[in-house]
Amino acid sequence: MSVLVDIQGLSRDFGAAPVLDRISLAIQPGEFVALLGRSGSGKSTLLRVLAGLDEAPAARVVLPKRRSIVFQEPRLMPWKSVADNVALGVSNAHASGAVSRALADVELTHRRDAWPLTLSGGEAQRAALARALVREPELLLLDEPFAALDALTRLRMQGLVRELWRKHRPAVLLVTHDVGEAVALADRILVLDRGRFRREVAVELPHPRRHGDPCAAALETELLRELGVELSDHHSIPEPERTH
Amino acid sequence: MADARLLERMPAAEAKPVRRLRETRLGGSLLRLVSPLAILVLWQLASVSGLLSPQILTSPVAIAATAARLVASGELLTGLGVSFLRVVAGFMIALVVGVALALFAGLSRLGETLVDPPVQMLKAMPFLGLLPLFILWFGIGETPKIGMVAFGSVFPIYLTLHGGIRGVDRKLIEAGRTLGLGTAGIIRHVVIPGALPSLLVGVRYGLSIAWLSLVVAEQINASSGIGSIITYARDFLQTDVIVVCLLVYALMGLLTDGLVRLLEAYALRWRPAVTA
Repeated sequence: MSVLVDIQGLSRDFGAAPVLDRISLAIQPGEFVALLGRSGSGKSTLLRVLAGLDEAPAARVVLPKRRSIVFQEPRLMPWKSVADNVALGVSNAHASGAVSRALADVELTHRRDAWPLTLSGGEAQRAALARALVREPELLLLDEPFAALDALTRLRMQGLVRELWRKHRPAVLLVTHDVGEAVALADRILVLDRGRFRREVAVELPHPRRHGDPCAAALETELLRELGVELSDHHSIPEPERTH
Repeated sequence: MADARLLERMPAAEAKPVRRLRETRLGGSLLRLVSPLAILVLWQLASVSGLLSPQILTSPVAIAATAARLVASGELLTGLGVSFLRVVAGFMIALVVGVALALFAGLSRLGETLVDPPVQMLKAMPFLGLLPLFILWFGIGETPKIGMVAFGSVFPIYLTLHGGIRGVDRKLIEAGRTLGLGTAGIIRHVVIPGALPSLLVGVRYGLSIAWLSLVVAEQINASSGIGSIITYARDFLQTDVIVVCLLVYALMGLLTDGLVRLLEAYALRWRPAVTA
């Protein structure tokens, strides 16, 4: 089996400033890749091309047919129940079984008839994940899917995504600006900066990766430096003074 | 897993302040009935004392008696049936034409260019002033009346649906595209349901315009319907009959509006604000 995603020479610019500058990217089937970058580094633009939302003239782009994307906002149709939203992802006659399985996968069976506007942030994002997974994607694109969630829900969602990836084995491209998230989940991390890949790191730590693991922490510090954040020592950050 | 679900659950709203608000609202609405009732009493007193001639305005009690008589004789219900059918026929035409035009203009660039400018221009016309033309064109049968109803109510339907389609969240359309929906699928699953709240506002507004158009059209010439009852009563100085007919118009307006609100509550049950 050859590469699943093959992009060569992808450039995009809005006006004068290049957003993507001759990017090349290859993703193998079943690979979990994280794309790190600051705001405005071009990561969302790249993702839109991968999702097929934007055209990529003059670039060589090979994409798998079955792709799904989960956005930062759940983007559920508020006028459709959770189950009907998930069913939007499949068009065949066997949808209901697939929908039930997808909802069970994200532990949302009990909310299948709920209206999206009554869901909590985490539930809504799990529904969006189910809607993406029901398509049995070869490539799952995640566009900062946990950024709007609270810290506890985010940790739980990260675990869920990793678990579902292990079960279904799609190739995953996770776009994030959270270094810890990238290190915790991905097998390969790409750092995008001003439209170019600045760094590529293979993460060979065993799973599950625990927070505070020294190897992971070292990698995080290194990646943060790559993104322009200097942390000489985690513990040197002064504690806020307590007033009593 | 159960713990995590608990963590995610949003805190339930407290019931107490809501109930207190409802109590004051009920008290407030009772209080609001005081002055209309006082006006009715003063009106009755003026009529009884002879200050208010029945040729100007009959007393409330006499109007109630007339209403009972007109209902009992069947005259009112027959007229009402005729008028109601005119509104239904005219409004249905407006609904079909308005929705079709709004879809065409809202979903295609060609439609926007072709349809929107003339509709916006016609909208500026005081449509009730078109009645003489309608009579010249269509005579004095049912056609000019139904035509007036249709012409008056087509604009709110077109304008609200057109605006609703334009206002559909681009992000949801994008999400639909990533789910493999084609243009027809996007229109069916995203655009139409997304524009429905606006359309229903237009339907309610259009219905009130429909009744207004009917009242005007029926006053000019009618051999049946509520309007003809009013014309007949005017010739015989029966102010009580005229007032009863006006009340019937008002009631029908309220009734059709209530029906659309029921439809709205069902069709928009996904919105927390409506179900609450």
